[in-house]
Amino acid sequence: MTRWLQDNMPKIVLAPSFIAVMVFVYGFIAWTAWVSLTRSRLMPRYEFDSFIQYERLADSPRFETAMVNLAIFGTLFIVIAMVLGLLLAILLDQKIRTEGAIRTIYLYPMALSMIVTGTAWKWILNPELGIEATVKGWGFANFEFNWLVEPDMAIYTVVLAAVWQSSGFVMALFLAGLRSVDEEIIKAAQVDGIPTWRVYSAIIIPSMAPIFLSAFIVLAHLAIKAFDLVIALTGGGPGYATDLPATYMYAMAFSRGDIGQAASSAMVMMLVVFTIVVPYLYSELRTKDD
Amino acid sequence: MKSYVLSTASAIAVCAAGAASADGHAEAEVLHYWTSGGEAKSVAVLQEEFAAKGGTWTDMPVAGGGGDAAGTALRARVLSGNAPTAAQIKGPAIQEWFEEGVLADISSVAEANNWANLLPASIAAHMQCDGTWCAAPVNVHRVDWIWANTEILAANGIEMPTTWDEFNAAAVTLQAAGIIPLAHGGQAWQDATVFETVVLGLGGAEFYQAALVDLDPEALKSDTMIAAFDQMRTMRGYVDPNFSGRDWNLATAMVMNGEAAFQIMGDWAKGEFLAAGKVPGVDFTCASTPGDGYLYNVDSFAMFAIEGDSKAAGQKLLAELIMGPTFQEVFNMNKGSIPARTDVDLSGFDECAQLSAADMASTNDAGTLMPSYAHGMALFGAQAGAITDVVTAHFNSDMSSEEAVQMLSEAVANSQ
Repeated sequence: MTRWLQDNMPKIVLAPSFIAVMVFVYGFIAWTAWVSLTRSRLMPRYEFDSFIQYERLADSPRFETAMVNLAIFGTLFIVIAMVLGLLLAILLDQKIRTEGAIRTIYLYPMALSMIVTGTAWKWILNPELGIEATVKGWGFANFEFNWLVEPDMAIYTVVLAAVWQSSGFVMALFLAGLRSVDEEIIKAAQVDGIPTWRVYSAIIIPSMAPIFLSAFIVLAHLAIKAFDLVIALTGGGPGYATDLPATYMYAMAFSRGDIGQAASSAMVMMLVVFTIVVPYLYSELRTKDD
Repeated sequence: MKSYVLSTASAIAVCAAGAASADGHAEAEVLHYWTSGGEAKSVAVLQEEFAAKGGTWTDMPVAGGGGDAAGTALRARVLSGNAPTAAQIKGPAIQEWFEEGVLADISSVAEANNWANLLPASIAAHMQCDGTWCAAPVNVHRVDWIWANTEILAANGIEMPTTWDEFNAAAVTLQAAGIIPLAHGGQAWQDATVFETVVLGLGGAEFYQAALVDLDPEALKSDTMIAAFDQMRTMRGYVDPNFSGRDWNLATAMVMNGEAAFQIMGDWAKGEFLAAGKVPGVDFTCASTPGDGYLYNVDSFAMFAIEGDSKAAGQKLLAELIMGPTFQEVFNMNKGSIPARTDVDLSGFDECAQLSAADMASTNDAGTLMPSYAHGMALFGAQAGAITDVVTAHFNSDMSSEEAVQMLSEAVANSQ
């Protein structure tokens, strides 16, 4: 008996969480997939009705806007946050005196929730309260910075706030990566008289490839999940100019009583996540096998 | 019976009531979203009356999202087989819930109290499901109001507009005088509110019915609809540049402070004026938006089919009280709306409410009493949402009216 327990203890301990994950994650994914193939409205119905919800999704200009916004937001957010994070990390890596304090300052926005970030930037970017009003107050009467209320530009304010929030975190990731590069190699390069920028571009950064991948995965899933930032910053507006798939799904499920649409848009979001995560998992698992 | 485990508090209340139910005790668990100051006070009136009649009231307020959160809570409870006794639901959503087969029949109360003759016909129709009564109306909010700063109008020699052309002319005068003509908040539902008053004003009640209630494709693509979008485009020029995302009560404050002249908003805006100590007719003027007709937004309570004699007794008592003249008077005086029943004495109400009641009676006779689409009285959520998407996309871009009309008919077809 004791022997049996010893052998099976790990399985017994893991079983509850395994069951919970199976039911509450994969079970509900399957449920959502099923509902997305029905004509559910206010309440879920379970009669299968082909791909009608996906056809409606494809015909919806609002969902198209949401997907385009996700592409714009995702690309800009990931690229800018990584570039800025790397730049900050390299600058901090120059053995400066108050590194600890500065690192904390840059990392601090990460401690705020997206709701706080969104609300603060909403006020900062509001043309009648924030930057525009302040600069006008200094006497530059023609100064304009009204992206927040400009339908074509509003999505970039979301990028701005998200980058502000996350680039410090990316910096911390990269800083750890920079510090993990073998000192000996760098010293050898310096002895050979190689300029610093070459040391970074040819030695240090290439050896940090895994860190780039981690940063990308973290930022990409933040981008796809983005919801609270948009709600706090623009409320999806002006009009629905800053809608993202997550806010679209919320509106359909909870304001419109259109569960079928909500389920199908959730499935599309999940596919987007899969296209990013699956290659990553594949490469991770393969390197372990080698 | 599952409600025993809902929460300790309600379990105690339910047990206490359950013990007494043998002698015809009434109990009700009421799910509603009246949580802000004035609203909470209004619902407390009902609660007191219910208690005075010996009933046990279990309050279940769900704040947030203009009822979205309450809707979610209600769905979760009905799905888990634990429906509340009564819930605040309105418009076609009542029929949607009825089709799910979960509503109770309160015809006995309605017929005993002669509801059919006390309510305007079109409002009574919302409360009936397939010939039986399934909901009780609480109030009537008028949506097609235009509120104005009296002083500004007098200073610029402007009368309250009775046509949209007059409104446009007034707006041009105001703009020249450096006043924002229209205080507006750029949120989708506010855009939709203005839009439906424009459709009613330009097209008349018959067109409104065809386009925004029956969703007739011909009407949606008609020249009248193009004209309505043209008027929206014109009005886009009358709002200030910073309108995006503004809450409606801040827009009302702009009219109060004299920054802006007009606001188009339902009569909950009156509550803001009154709370700020403004006097109707002196500080602000209320009138129906240009054109004939009346757009109503009626709050109501639907009763859910649940087991237990004491709960059934609670539903009957609740329905009777909701439609009772005292509650209708006190509640609506607090809330800024008017009673749904037409025989309540209105002498205690302000002049805007009296105008609203008079117009409700006359439009009911003329057949121009219409449900508000923007406030979920005319269409199912998905259909209303599809229209609102187009309206707000048009208002917030440089889309042409022809494009908007094309998009509108596609969106409506796609939503069904």
